[in-house]
Amino acid sequence: MRSIRAAATGAVMLSLALAASACGGGSSTGGGSNDSPKELTYWASNQGASIEADKKVLQPELDKFEKQTGIKVKLEVVPWSDLLNRILTATTSGQGPDVLNIGNTWSASLQATGGLLPWDDQQFEKIGGKDRFVDSALGSTGAEGQPPAAVPLYSMAYALYYNKQMFADAGIDAPPATWDEFVAAGKKLSKDGKWGTAMEGSNPSENVHHAYVFAKQHGADFFTPDGKPDFTNDGAVTAVKQYVDLMAKDKIIAPGNAEYAQNQSVSDFAKGRTGMLLWQSASANLTSQGMSEDAYGIAPVPVQSGTPGAGTQVNSMVAGINLAVFKNTDNLDGATAFVKFMTSNTEQKILNTAYSSIPPVKAAQADPAFNTPANAVLKDTLAKSAVALPQVPDESQFETAVGTAVKELFADAAAGRPVTTDSVKAALTKAQQQMPTK
Amino acid sequence: MTATAPAAEATVRKSSPGTARGPRRRTGRLRRVGLPYLLLLPALLLELLVHLVPMVIGIAMSFKELTQFYIRDWSTAPWAGLDNYSVSVDFDAPVGKALLHSFLVTVAFTVLSVGLCWLIGTAAAVFMQDTFRGRGLLRALFLVPYALPVYAAVITWVFMFQHDNGLVNHVLHDQLGLTDKPSFWLIGDNSFVALLTVSVWKGWPFAFLIVMAGLQNIPRELYEAAALDGAGMVQQLRRITLPSLRPVNQVLVLVLFLWTFNDFNTPYVLFGKSAPEAADLISVHIYQASFVTWNFGTGSAMSVLLLLFLLVVTGVHLALTSRGRRTAQ
Repeated sequence: MRSIRAAATGAVMLSLALAASACGGGSSTGGGSNDSPKELTYWASNQGASIEADKKVLQPELDKFEKQTGIKVKLEVVPWSDLLNRILTATTSGQGPDVLNIGNTWSASLQATGGLLPWDDQQFEKIGGKDRFVDSALGSTGAEGQPPAAVPLYSMAYALYYNKQMFADAGIDAPPATWDEFVAAGKKLSKDGKWGTAMEGSNPSENVHHAYVFAKQHGADFFTPDGKPDFTNDGAVTAVKQYVDLMAKDKIIAPGNAEYAQNQSVSDFAKGRTGMLLWQSASANLTSQGMSEDAYGIAPVPVQSGTPGAGTQVNSMVAGINLAVFKNTDNLDGATAFVKFMTSNTEQKILNTAYSSIPPVKAAQADPAFNTPANAVLKDTLAKSAVALPQVPDESQFETAVGTAVKELFADAAAGRPVTTDSVKAALTKAQQQMPTK
Repeated sequence: MTATAPAAEATVRKSSPGTARGPRRRTGRLRRVGLPYLLLLPALLLELLVHLVPMVIGIAMSFKELTQFYIRDWSTAPWAGLDNYSVSVDFDAPVGKALLHSFLVTVAFTVLSVGLCWLIGTAAAVFMQDTFRGRGLLRALFLVPYALPVYAAVITWVFMFQHDNGLVNHVLHDQLGLTDKPSFWLIGDNSFVALLTVSVWKGWPFAFLIVMAGLQNIPRELYEAAALDGAGMVQQLRRITLPSLRPVNQVLVLVLFLWTFNDFNTPYVLFGKSAPEAADLISVHIYQASFVTWNFGTGSAMSVLLLLFLLVVTGVHLALTSRGRRTAQ
């Protein structure tokens, strides 16, 4: 009996520990230092087809940096599913990398934690000044009126990729420029087990990117001008409904897409299961999946009027990766030198070519390597018709809350339940209630 | 720790007769009395460090407004008093309502999962009580789900539950034709069934293992005597097996309950960060409240509430079962 009681007590202790471990934490203070000048730890985001592919791209460049400066860079490529959590944990504990990649939409949220080194003008001078960077990219580096939390590294934009052969077979002459044409083309393509387009229905971030651009096209936003969440205004509801209706009403997306969250839509397109793909800088990814560059065309994402531009004619978010320095770094000078190296014209050209992204550095962007038709579309979009996601501290919560709401709506659509203005509004109301009130 | 404490007491008691016989004896006595405590000290310190300190920190956090603005140095976070708690238990407001929903889902899930795990585990153990050819092999086979690493096992289930290419839909829909169209298992209402399936698959071998061990302690003579008296299979099960297993079952059910209620890995690997509403288990819910919305204060308050609930359940369970034992004696 005693051993049973002991076991039961042990089990209780175990449960206590489990419950408590969910809320462990630590504290840390202090800024950067130069205590360890010969070493840097770098967390890279997963940009290529796999972690291994990224290491192959980055390692030679890091070796080059070591040769130039004598600083050894320890590389870790962190998958997207873990990156934000890892950064949060590093911020909380004060134990983290020296330099890290962040999704540019997180800039303002991470800026608010105070974990990243602010890039004021003086700091920017050390890497050649703010003027070296394109404005649209700088617009996604933190809240307005504050020194940026990070420096633009890769710029990306959404574009419409279409399968030339499937378009020819379905008798579609030109890529759709308006959403009506997009749906019409999608309906022509959706037959014999093939579908018009694909979406990552279970990927909250992907959902938010599309929902936000649709909202902009309806002249709406998800935040009020003073940064308060406003998810249930008519424009936002119409936007989300229009997006989910591609599956629910127009039926140009396979219901199974409601489950997609691991870039299955890219491989579906590469394998010819769907005729169109709305994706950011997909070329390198498509090549690695065995789709030749001649097989697909690339066009701007549709807008209501057919001609992308500013205001309600935007057709992409400003997507991209920023490079940040962790405030607790013990090699501040080395970290700054590394940022300078990574944003140098030469490295920008090499890295952005490898990832089929666009350099946010003006001089590098002017290089002929980025004048291919595919890059021309992306460059044009970034310059003329891309909009930054809200640069507010609650941005990352917004991505989760609204992204999850859209995920549930896709689940409804996939199960054949009706998606109505009311049900969209209800889902968005619930999302807004989850936002911080302070 | 608790298991060694009575032993220490015994040593103390044994040493008490030799009191007040000069200074030399006294130091000897001190040494004898002190030694067990000295030996316990490292364990005690580690216990404090590993279990109690994080718990106290967690409880302290639950009284703070610990949002993204303060996580870098959370000692600067303002005290929130009971705000985090009142937000969590205000069941008319969205946060409390969602927590209550998640709690109820978890209770339903736990009751079903523990019930099924126990039933299947006990049934399998009873059927394999008698020796037959291949028993060892079957036993080993039954334990496989329990021995597999959780992540690897659950990710395999994710592939099987996929809508388009999953094995489950292939069998249910394509081969058996039980459904009109392929079902979704990882999103929507079916996700509860998927979660329960994986949980039971993963949990029943443990019940099987424990009950099997318990069965070894039942003397064979009891069955022989019962058989002579004309008791059949069912009678033997009801009158001998189950009553003899009572103490084992009491612990088994408690442990299974705590594990299942707290289970984080299974739902997290199955559904990711945002679980479908039908399968919104409380551990993932709390995780989401703290990590995804970056509000660690509210997350901690929810954790503390969960802790209190589990303490109450465990306390009631222990009180009831020990009373049951006392009356039985």
